[in-house]
Amino acid sequence: MAGKENTGVGGYIEHHLQNNVLELVPGNPFWNVHIDSVIYSLIAGGLFLWFFRRVAKKATAGVPSRTQNFIEMIVGFVNDQVVDSFKGKSKLVAPLALTIFMWVWLMNFMDLLPVDLLPAIGQKAGIEYMKIVPTTDLNITFGLAIGVMILVFYYSIVVKTPLGYLKELFTHPFASKNALAQIAVAPFNLLLNIVETLAKPISLALRLFGNLYSGELIFLLIAVFTLDMALSQLVTTISGPIMATVQFILTFMWLVFHILIITLQAYIFMMLSLVYLNMAHEVHDDH
Amino acid sequence: MNLNVTILIQILAFFAVVWLTMKYIWPHILGAMEEREKKIANGLAAGDRAEKELNQAKAKVDTLIVEAKEQASHIKDQATQMATKIKEQAKNDALAEKERQFSAAKAEIEQEANRAKEALRQQVSALAIAGTEQLLGKEVDANKHADLLDDLIKEI
Repeated sequence: MAGKENTGVGGYIEHHLQNNVLELVPGNPFWNVHIDSVIYSLIAGGLFLWFFRRVAKKATAGVPSRTQNFIEMIVGFVNDQVVDSFKGKSKLVAPLALTIFMWVWLMNFMDLLPVDLLPAIGQKAGIEYMKIVPTTDLNITFGLAIGVMILVFYYSIVVKTPLGYLKELFTHPFASKNALAQIAVAPFNLLLNIVETLAKPISLALRLFGNLYSGELIFLLIAVFTLDMALSQLVTTISGPIMATVQFILTFMWLVFHILIITLQAYIFMMLSLVYLNMAHEVHDDH
Repeated sequence: MNLNVTILIQILAFFAVVWLTMKYIWPHILGAMEEREKKIANGLAAGDRAEKELNQAKAKVDTLIVEAKEQASHIKDQATQMATKIKEQAKNDALAEKERQFSAAKAEIEQEANRAKEALRQQVSALAIAGTEQLLGKEVDANKHADLLDDLIKEI
């Protein structure tokens, strides 16, 4: 599957990790769009919306169908997490948690497809580069994390009032009844709060990205076993069948393990978003 | 791996999907779940209530049966008493009637006997007078000898 200029193992892997770039403004890298990430992300989001909407339209309080039962299981699970972790009152947070969980999971799920399947089809259709797992693109994970952070800021300001939020930045986590001491620790408080606020989206985005990127990389490394091997070599050479068997076993094991990882990462992203949003709703008036 | 405008597209898409979920998916599914939960809770409560009511009804039926039995035996007792009383009454009535008829018959017999005696006495006095007249050969003035006659009649 290596491109013309990319040959060998390094080239194969590099090629696979290359996004398909659409240059909106030629020469300005900021206006590049990773069109493959965007399309697969939207497909995953659309799939989620379509499937859940189909059930929501026919949702009945009577005996549920199998599909409704399955969807209710997911919704009930997410709702339990929201009720446990989020103490504020908001109509947005629970649907947000469901969206994050299902969307991230579906995007992660692309990782379980054979690494060469869709890129090979794309290449037949003349698309040179195609990265099919949106969550292995930092832009996508940061997009989600920043979306959550916008809501964190929004709720911080709405719940605590702009002045209250500003005050909290200077008076937490270190607080003192002594006015002088309070002024003295204010800069440290601000510094700590800035670091904490910055750490939130970065930890959200990098954790998801890192897990999925490394997972994809390992799938690619396993795929290298039979790289550039012709089908006939699988039966005519001695190493062919052995390599193919080893690759199959390793891929299978990593795949099974990865089912856990993609679910866990989707869950963690959802839970951390809930925790951050809950923190935004907490009013500290005990100091 | 460079960051670019893809982030902005993803942020916009994120808000769009969250908004659609909030508007068109979440309330319907969770609403159905909560409604079903309520229905089940109501059903269970109704079952409990029905059971309780059944037990109450059973207890009520039991007391009613006991009461009815008591009442029945009471009525039976009363009836027996009444029957005894009526029998007694009838017996007494019959005895009284018998007594009355008996004494009436006795009185009549006595009356008859007296009347017969009287008649006999009359006849005897008449005979005595007739005999005396025969003996004396003359008429006896019944009025003159009334005292004598009376004594005679009494003696007979």
